[in-house]
Amino acid sequence: MDGTLFRSVNKFFIIAFCLDIKSYKSFMHRPDSFFLATKMAAPLTLLLIVAVTIRAVLFRSSLAELISARVEVVSPLNAWKRVVEGLALLDLGVSPYSGDVFHETPLMIYLFHFTVDYAEIVFIVTDGITALALYLSIQTYNKDVFRKQKYALESDRYSADCLELLRSPKEMFYIPLKVAMFYLLNPFTILSCVAKSTCGLNNAIIALFIFCTLKGSALLSGILLALATYQSIYPLTLFAPALLFFLQRLYIPVNLRRSSFWFFTLQYAFMYVGSLVVITGLSFFLLGSWDFIPSVYGFIFSVPDLTPNIGLFWYFFAEMFEHFRLFFSCVFQINVFFYTIPLSIKLKEHPVFLIFMQIAIISIFKSYPTVGDVALYMAFLPAWSHLYRFLRNIFLVSCVLLACSALFPVLWHLWIYAGSANSNFYYAITLLFNFGQILLVADYFYAYLRREHHLTHGLYLKKKDGTEATLVLK
Amino acid sequence: MGLLSDPNRRKALTGLLTRLNTPICIVCYLAGIVWFMGLAFEPFTLRTYMSENAMGSTMVEERFSSGERALSLAKEFDAHKRKAGGMPVEWLVKAMQSRGLEVFTQSFSRKLPFPDENKERYMVRGTNVYGILRAPRAPRTEALVITAPCSPGNTNNQAVALLLALAQYFRNQIYWAKDIIFLVNEHDLIGTQAWLEGYHHTNITGMEYSPLQGRAGSIQAALSLELSSDVITSLDLVLEGLNGQLPNLDLANLFYAFCQKLGVLCTIQGKLQRNDWDTAEGYTHAAQTMMLMVLKQACGRSWGDHGLFLRYHIEAASVRGINSFRHYKTDATTIGRLLEGMVRKLNNLLERLHQSYFFYLLPSLSRFVSIGYYMPAFGLLAVILLLRALDLWVHLGAPALAAVDGVTEAEQPSSPGVLTVLTPVVISHLTGVALYLLPVHLQEMAVEHFPVSETEAVVLTAIAIYTAGLALPHNTQRLLSGEGTEQGWKVLKLTALLYLAVLLGCTALINFSLGFILAVTLVPITASITPHIALYAVVMVLLSPAFTILYCVFIYQELIEAPVSVSEGWMLFLSVISQGILDHALYGSLVYPLLALFIYPCWLMFWNILFWN
Repeated sequence: MDGTLFRSVNKFFIIAFCLDIKSYKSFMHRPDSFFLATKMAAPLTLLLIVAVTIRAVLFRSSLAELISARVEVVSPLNAWKRVVEGLALLDLGVSPYSGDVFHETPLMIYLFHFTVDYAEIVFIVTDGITALALYLSIQTYNKDVFRKQKYALESDRYSADCLELLRSPKEMFYIPLKVAMFYLLNPFTILSCVAKSTCGLNNAIIALFIFCTLKGSALLSGILLALATYQSIYPLTLFAPALLFFLQRLYIPVNLRRSSFWFFTLQYAFMYVGSLVVITGLSFFLLGSWDFIPSVYGFIFSVPDLTPNIGLFWYFFAEMFEHFRLFFSCVFQINVFFYTIPLSIKLKEHPVFLIFMQIAIISIFKSYPTVGDVALYMAFLPAWSHLYRFLRNIFLVSCVLLACSALFPVLWHLWIYAGSANSNFYYAITLLFNFGQILLVADYFYAYLRREHHLTHGLYLKKKDGTEATLVLK
Repeated sequence: MGLLSDPNRRKALTGLLTRLNTPICIVCYLAGIVWFMGLAFEPFTLRTYMSENAMGSTMVEERFSSGERALSLAKEFDAHKRKAGGMPVEWLVKAMQSRGLEVFTQSFSRKLPFPDENKERYMVRGTNVYGILRAPRAPRTEALVITAPCSPGNTNNQAVALLLALAQYFRNQIYWAKDIIFLVNEHDLIGTQAWLEGYHHTNITGMEYSPLQGRAGSIQAALSLELSSDVITSLDLVLEGLNGQLPNLDLANLFYAFCQKLGVLCTIQGKLQRNDWDTAEGYTHAAQTMMLMVLKQACGRSWGDHGLFLRYHIEAASVRGINSFRHYKTDATTIGRLLEGMVRKLNNLLERLHQSYFFYLLPSLSRFVSIGYYMPAFGLLAVILLLRALDLWVHLGAPALAAVDGVTEAEQPSSPGVLTVLTPVVISHLTGVALYLLPVHLQEMAVEHFPVSETEAVVLTAIAIYTAGLALPHNTQRLLSGEGTEQGWKVLKLTALLYLAVLLGCTALINFSLGFILAVTLVPITASITPHIALYAVVMVLLSPAFTILYCVFIYQELIEAPVSVSEGWMLFLSVISQGILDHALYGSLVYPLLALFIYPCWLMFWNILFWN
């Protein structure tokens, strides 16, 4: 008796909810889209203006020089000082890769060859583009999520008691804006931009790649992914989520025995590899030599520069005997690529979340990480705000990340200037910072899976003996 | 990781921490204080030992014998100083040249941001004279510095004379492997600052100075000498440098070892060592010595000319001769020998002093407390802030219960807007910026309108802004963000607690004493504050950063056995503030900006909670 009542009430709620969705849909596809545009465009413009003002003020202040010397903000790969050095060599007619200073890609140096006088504007605009791309991506993604949720509801795939887990248009409305805000106003992004770290450009390429992928343009996605890979290799692992996304979009099941699967995979891989070859070939013709391959990719893989940074590599490799170096550089580099396989299997239904996980893993395990990399994946956090209730360590993680960000410059001061501390102090904080990041990512991963589990199995789980059950990640 | 992923155990732990929060916090606070006071108890400390191999084994025989000549030189120097009405540059140059040194001078000038009433100076113009003794046995890539300030009046003549006598003696020795620079600087710290900036080609404080004509190698260590009488009863070692930085402990060990060898009475913080650690007096004595060190370190100024060397990675200490009414006297020859011994040992160094500790407290010269022992005292205080923050987080409702088990939680109450928290934070920090910038910039206006001197104007403006800050924020906050909620102040308190914890943690790493003193006064009140309790307001004001400084002044005077009355204490407090601002402008001391830009705004955020409406 009670059960049927409960069910009917629930049914009522679900119907009400669908109505809500319909109103949302009609809202999204309103004929007077101008109204919508102005409604969201105003805060976005305001946000852009604020972000640009902050950056412009900082560029003009004396802090800019200080920031651009911080090891947390710039790495040997993306320091502006090195770009300038490369440009000087290029102007002298010498290969910019002679000497061991310059490690940017040839396209990057030609970009700055023409825009070096407007470098500050380039960096500000790049940040704006990244934020816009992220904004539009998340908007598209949210619509997508919503559509899927509706179909799932209509086909009764969700458990009856998980109504409160469903997402409502009201809470989702401001998420794209929040994502853009998290990127533009994140102190890490601001620091990175003011330091003129080329990390901002790489972020823009990745953001554009995500945008094109979510918009469903396989060709552009392939080209941008190739460009991102060309810039820093590691985005290579984003191939898997992009492929999964397209497969899902085209309703092609991930089945190794189906020819349609292989056909599309090969098609996408061809676009990707083809553009990679074209870009690399173009670089060769620009410079007339293959110097950049060892100088950029060799430099990323073999980690010869052990300047301290927020990553895990420098300390280990500084302490290591030379004959173990090859082995350990393989072990360390494998970290970035290895997690792609299990994550792709586990998250094959959720490629966008997989993209987030991959970007986070890249920024944690890459050989020369900077805070700019961290900022990119942190921008996605508002998109997962519905997972908030399942996060377990968010207090601990935010305390750790906050404290570490403050302690980096303090311990650097004690080590380098005061001479009273040593590298162990700094590395301890690096370790803690990465521990915090890993915990954050793991927490979101767990929360995402748990929500999915509840959606299908119901929110109130019971053990076999009828007591309340809890989910444990082991 | 089990604790982080198993919800049942987490629930138990969080439950325990929230239920027993207050008792745990009280215990932590008491334990922190007791731990700190226990550090002075001898069985808990370590005996100092020489870590540096190059200075440990080699025994040297000191042969310096021209102490008497040094004393007559002192008289001559005194006469020339009187005649010149300042530093007798020409005489010094001649004296050094005749002793076979390469002599150079450096002139400098500095306009203080406002007149320094303690030392009566405003426009400072002076000359440094230094002579370099080139090392005969090595490639001259490294150097040692011996410096003696040329002070006004008849103080410190003996130090300059002893320096010259040592130069003459050292010139005739063949074993020097490092260049030795003999520096006589005028206007004490300002002169040292000019010379160091000239030597290292930096300019961080806007000093005007002429470039140095002669250089030696990179400076490995420096000794500063202060002697004002022909005979002394004891030598005092001063270690505290700018921003609470300390030289490597081996330098103190070296000094102590030679004092033992030559039978010279040595003190630290002006306190002799006692052997009766098991009596109450013995413990009190050690505790007083340590407290003095903590107070001196916390104020972040350089307590001797050596303090500025530390910034350049040069281990340095000041040796100060004290003449009190004791029978036991030491003559200039012995002091010369002591310095000779120390310099010879430093000469043996193969690399910079780095083997021993950089973070330590000294309850006596032969005992030390290392960072591993004193940090827990601070940690126990800091953990209170984190525990309170955790408690608030849990009480803030939904998120924390979700953290325990997301299933059982119903719809979250709407969280307070960002504006509620952001407004007080921004206003507090703007007040802090005003406190940092206005006093120095507004002095002219203040002098025009009020019958005060410039220095008074600066100090009183600072105090006025500080007091005005108490009235300002909680009024404006209400205007901007409307009705404050119960959630609102909790979120603000959570933010402020985490902010304070990070702030104190960073401070304690750079300058333990400052961090600890601030923690002792700020932690109890910030941890327990809730809105609308009048008693809290009184306690908050009494434990605010400015009152902390006032208490420190009184405690310091008490510890150096020169107790002051309330009005004298107040005058001292005013001069401490002006000195703090001057130290920041002249040498780049960070205590004033830290207090004005961070600690005070953070305290204001808590003050804001008190008046939450």
